Amino acid sequence: MEEPVRQTFWNVPHWAEIAQYAGGGLAVIIFLYGLWRHIKRWKSGRSEKLEGTFGHRLTLLVKYGLFQGRLSNDAQSLLMHLFIFWGMAVLALATAIATVDWDVAHLLFDYQFLKGNFYLVYELGADLFGLFLVIGLCIAVIRRYIQRPEKLATENPPTFKIDSGALLLMLLGIAITGFIVEALRLASMKPDWAEWAFIGYALSGLFGAMSIDSIEASHFVFWSAHAVLSFVFIAAIPYSKAFHMVSSAVSVYTGNNIPPGRVSEDNEEGVVGITDFTWRQLIQFDGCTWCGRCQDVCPAHAAGWRLSPKNVVLKLNAESGRSAGSSKPENKSDNGGTPEGLGDVVSAEELWGCTTCAACENECPVFIQQPRALIDMRRHLVIEGELGDTLGEVLMKITRYGNSFGQSDRARSKWTQGLDFKLKDARKEAVEYLWFVGDYASYDARVQEVSRAVARLFHAAGLDFGILNESEKGTGNDIRRVGEEGLFDMLREKNLKALSKAKYKKIVTTDPHTYNALKNDYARDMDGVEVVHYTEVLEQLVSERKLEPSRPLNAKVTFHDPCYLGRYNGVYASPRKVLRALGAEVAEMPRTREHSFCCGAGGGRIWMEDSPDTKERPADSRIREAAAVSGVQVLAVACPKDLVMFQDAAKTTGFEDKIAVKDIAQLFLETLNQEVKDEQ
Amino acid sequence: MNGGILVLAEQLKGEPTGVAFEMLGVGRTIADELGVQLEAVVIGGEGDEIASGLGAADKVLKVDMGDDQMPVSDTVVSILDQVSDKRSPALILIGCTNVSQGIGTRLAERRGLAHLNFCTKVNIEDGRPVFTSQLFGGKIFADATLPEDKGVVSIYPGAFPAEAGKSEKTPEVEKIDVEVPESPVVFKRFIEPEIGDVDITGYDVLVSVGRGIQNPDNIELAEELAAAMGGAVSASRPVIDQGWLPLTRQVGKSGMNVKPKLYLALGISGAPEHQEGMKNASMIVAVNTDDKAPIFDISHYGTTIDLFDLVEVLKDKLEEAKGT
Amino acid sequence: MNIIVLMKMVPDVVEPLEIAEDGKNLDKEAIRMMASESSEHALEQALILKDSVGAEVTVAAIEAPELDDALFSASAKGAVRVIKITPEQDGLRADISASVLKEFIKQECGSPGSDTLIFTGSQAIDDLQGELGPTLAEQLGLPFIGVVTSIKPVEGEEGKVTAIKEYSGGLRGEYEVALPAVVGIQAAEQPSRYVPFAKIRAAMKSGSIESTEITPEVEGRGVEIARMYVPEVTGRAEMIEGDPETVAARLIEIFKQNGILG
Repeated sequence: MEEPVRQTFWNVPHWAEIAQYAGGGLAVIIFLYGLWRHIKRWKSGRSEKLEGTFGHRLTLLVKYGLFQGRLSNDAQSLLMHLFIFWGMAVLALATAIATVDWDVAHLLFDYQFLKGNFYLVYELGADLFGLFLVIGLCIAVIRRYIQRPEKLATENPPTFKIDSGALLLMLLGIAITGFIVEALRLASMKPDWAEWAFIGYALSGLFGAMSIDSIEASHFVFWSAHAVLSFVFIAAIPYSKAFHMVSSAVSVYTGNNIPPGRVSEDNEEGVVGITDFTWRQLIQFDGCTWCGRCQDVCPAHAAGWRLSPKNVVLKLNAESGRSAGSSKPENKSDNGGTPEGLGDVVSAEELWGCTTCAACENECPVFIQQPRALIDMRRHLVIEGELGDTLGEVLMKITRYGNSFGQSDRARSKWTQGLDFKLKDARKEAVEYLWFVGDYASYDARVQEVSRAVARLFHAAGLDFGILNESEKGTGNDIRRVGEEGLFDMLREKNLKALSKAKYKKIVTTDPHTYNALKNDYARDMDGVEVVHYTEVLEQLVSERKLEPSRPLNAKVTFHDPCYLGRYNGVYASPRKVLRALGAEVAEMPRTREHSFCCGAGGGRIWMEDSPDTKERPADSRIREAAAVSGVQVLAVACPKDLVMFQDAAKTTGFEDKIAVKDIAQLFLETLNQEVKDEQ
Repeated sequence: MNGGILVLAEQLKGEPTGVAFEMLGVGRTIADELGVQLEAVVIGGEGDEIASGLGAADKVLKVDMGDDQMPVSDTVVSILDQVSDKRSPALILIGCTNVSQGIGTRLAERRGLAHLNFCTKVNIEDGRPVFTSQLFGGKIFADATLPEDKGVVSIYPGAFPAEAGKSEKTPEVEKIDVEVPESPVVFKRFIEPEIGDVDITGYDVLVSVGRGIQNPDNIELAEELAAAMGGAVSASRPVIDQGWLPLTRQVGKSGMNVKPKLYLALGISGAPEHQEGMKNASMIVAVNTDDKAPIFDISHYGTTIDLFDLVEVLKDKLEEAKGT
Repeated sequence: MNIIVLMKMVPDVVEPLEIAEDGKNLDKEAIRMMASESSEHALEQALILKDSVGAEVTVAAIEAPELDDALFSASAKGAVRVIKITPEQDGLRADISASVLKEFIKQECGSPGSDTLIFTGSQAIDDLQGELGPTLAEQLGLPFIGVVTSIKPVEGEEGKVTAIKEYSGGLRGEYEVALPAVVGIQAAEQPSRYVPFAKIRAAMKSGSIESTEITPEVEGRGVEIARMYVPEVTGRAEMIEGDPETVAARLIEIFKQNGILG
């Protein structure tokens, strides 16, 4: 057998070979120009420090860029994307190898390495990945044009309307013409290793009846088409969705390695024009792949409200493109003139729809931080006073009384009156645990009961704990996420002052929102004090046998992961361990742990009215989900807002008799023996 | 008390308002106890017709206003000032209402008298009227007397029985000629409430339904009860969310802030969001089978019997009472 | 247009109110003060006019605890000048406060011209001896209209405004008012705007509160307060027990006693 060797530019006239290089060069120039425009666009944003190490970023890039780790929860989409990506990547690599083989090694040194067994594997690999590419593209076509999931519909493409379709067609064209070129070459040359290029070989049978002349003529036509399509594709990358190959990778690489619960402290005034976002944010918007995963998990979108995180990102990206394309001076908010706001791009209604549950951010394959962008824009609305009546009223109450209920700050610890032991005043005596109670747990009648249950449990376990009484103010977790930085700062200052006067070792809190603020938003000023959720403390008390449930629950329970406890702070195990220790069988809802579905109260939503065209309130949807878990009698919660939202939802949906909404502390109290209960 | 009592018979769109009779009632009591004259002033409007209904007064003083259908408050002050010059009353009673707002205060200022606002109760002690006023949104009461028992008192509507001011007697009517000054404030027209749904903030009685009403068909029961009490039906959030009543009926956080004289809460648990919109009602009566419902913490009266049982009986009894 | 908003500070009823030892007033130590609700509306209405037709808004108030906060907030919202009038006065005495404010108005604009509107809150929770607006109007010899919920300039006529006043049950009246006048605002056309805390802080930093001292002409015609007291509240509802007949009968009795029926 003659040694197999790569016959590059077989049947291609010399002028065409030169034309190919010219075309390729042109494509690259067009590509580079587009790339430069994107980079220029990114640089128009505000500055922002990149945190985290190079090594960590590289790991992210490999895991989430090359292997698309965040797609793993949807097998079809993961397969499709890996096939297309790796198909294209390997074929591009194959082309590069062939070029080096022919135009470097062969041309300059009269040597070819694409020969022998290596070449056979090369042919096999190229065909295999070419097949992957075609399969991937077919899956994509089926998804997009036959299954048509809602998330793929894009109202506001930042490029052009038929972008996705055009790209798919182009790629299919490249793959198919590539195979035909190969098949025609094999049909004409008939090498004895032809089976290695198994697709080309199979197709070559189709051309067996053709004359050599017509095979060669067709070959040249398809070769030209393949080349032209490839160059058009390369040139089109920066001007189409295909650019996400670059921008998404950059977005993943520049994804900040800071706790998700922390809000950026820069730019208190918020975003007015598009260039008030930071360069990282502009890269994120540019990195959006239009996949719609964020929209699929968004409680606001599911409720039928106007917000879709995907649309917001795409609209912002389109605006970013428009702004960079216009010759006008940049719209910095401090340029003295009237800045062109984003009001026409993203509406107030969309901005106020966000519960900041971060499901979108958690789901995004390319690390876009949608809640952060929304909060940045909310800050501007707050400065402009464009907040709904109900929200404005609540903020005024918080300004005056330090709580969203507009009740006297002196009545903050009134809930303790139902206890027959006295809570320590952490301002007056040293305690091990300082219990930061939070607004809802202090003032809402329904949650006060839970607070008393927690107090009884701590007391029964002999825990050394105390509270700040009226010196405690709302932490402002949701004030900050509403975009009212000034008010948040005021609350933080007051709380830090109160904390500085108290003596304690750790902080425990019953409210995940309070927990998040203390742990993340206050972190800088907290001297590394440990902040724990009460479920973590209960877990510890159980394991130390300081609390021994003596009358097991014997009930099937499902647990709702609060956004600010789970997704934001990664506490998933403690509440479940406590529930099991109580003798409950813990069954999971379909949307659980980091995929938990928000109750709809976060990010200040609890203070706002629901849009009149609400299809199903998030809490209602969640109650239905919980009630549908076979045999579940109790929806256990560990967040005051959840208790309020779900108890209400259980009533409105009529599931009240089917499923009870109870806090873990209440369930715990039920399992204690009578003496402990009587003691209280 | 040195002098009689003068009551401004407040009217709106040609009809005497409720407070006019309340004032006549309480004025009558004081006048009888202290043996002084009770006179009512009717300004403009359908003076004759209104005057004939004010039999509780010893005398009705009628001031003609031509075709001025709604004399502005400054004009009323000027007229009352002139009438007072002629009649020298010790006590002038004005409604503490929107219609008469500012009249009592300005009149007192003009005549150098003391003015007592928000009066909800009058007692005669040692031959002197002692007035009780509610202050600070009803959180504090003050008992006060007027210097030399002379002054202007604004009577809180709904605080006194209007029945006591209604009489079958035909009063003596005297036409009083006064100078009606030109005012820089000119009444142009009435603006009627927007037609469409009910404005629940404008009612003295609200029958408010919560989730305990169970289904939309039961709302009719509440409507019937409200009709028997001359009130309207409002609701808490879950009922609105269910689409059983329009948004305009919602009381609470995202709905209306209501301050009726009576808020009858049927099957409402009283979440803080709801309380926010109704806790300022003068009287709250709660019907809820859950005796721990927070609504009872802010209600004046409560009962835990089944609301459907109660509503039926209550409606019948009210209609009965009306019939007699 | 010049709008002078005279705000009034009143005890915050969210906080528990306590009676002073003499039993004739509130315990001043135990209360917190805040701008009265209708004062806030008066300010808002002035700002609405400022935004819609252009007006210079001046806010003034008689000294009281926490007044500075209210004035800084007014300044942050867009008042051109905020002025504190010392010393403190008894909020229950409208006549005394009005005499102070009359002097203030004289200081400010001599005799108010036809481009001047004076706004007060229509009524405050401590107006035991009358409201500020009509008292001041009488002292200044200006027209007054209260319970106003909307105010707009009359088009094409200088120095005239259209005011809408509320009666009851949703019925309202439209009035034309020739300026200068004192207007008691019940509610602004829109709820009070929210002013971001950062803007209030900025106002505090600029320290823009002016101060002026005015001693009132004291007159001795106040009412004689015998005592002040917290009305008896049960805290929890008085529960009515019994069968529906009994409960209904008792309820009707209660309704009648409280003048709710008929």
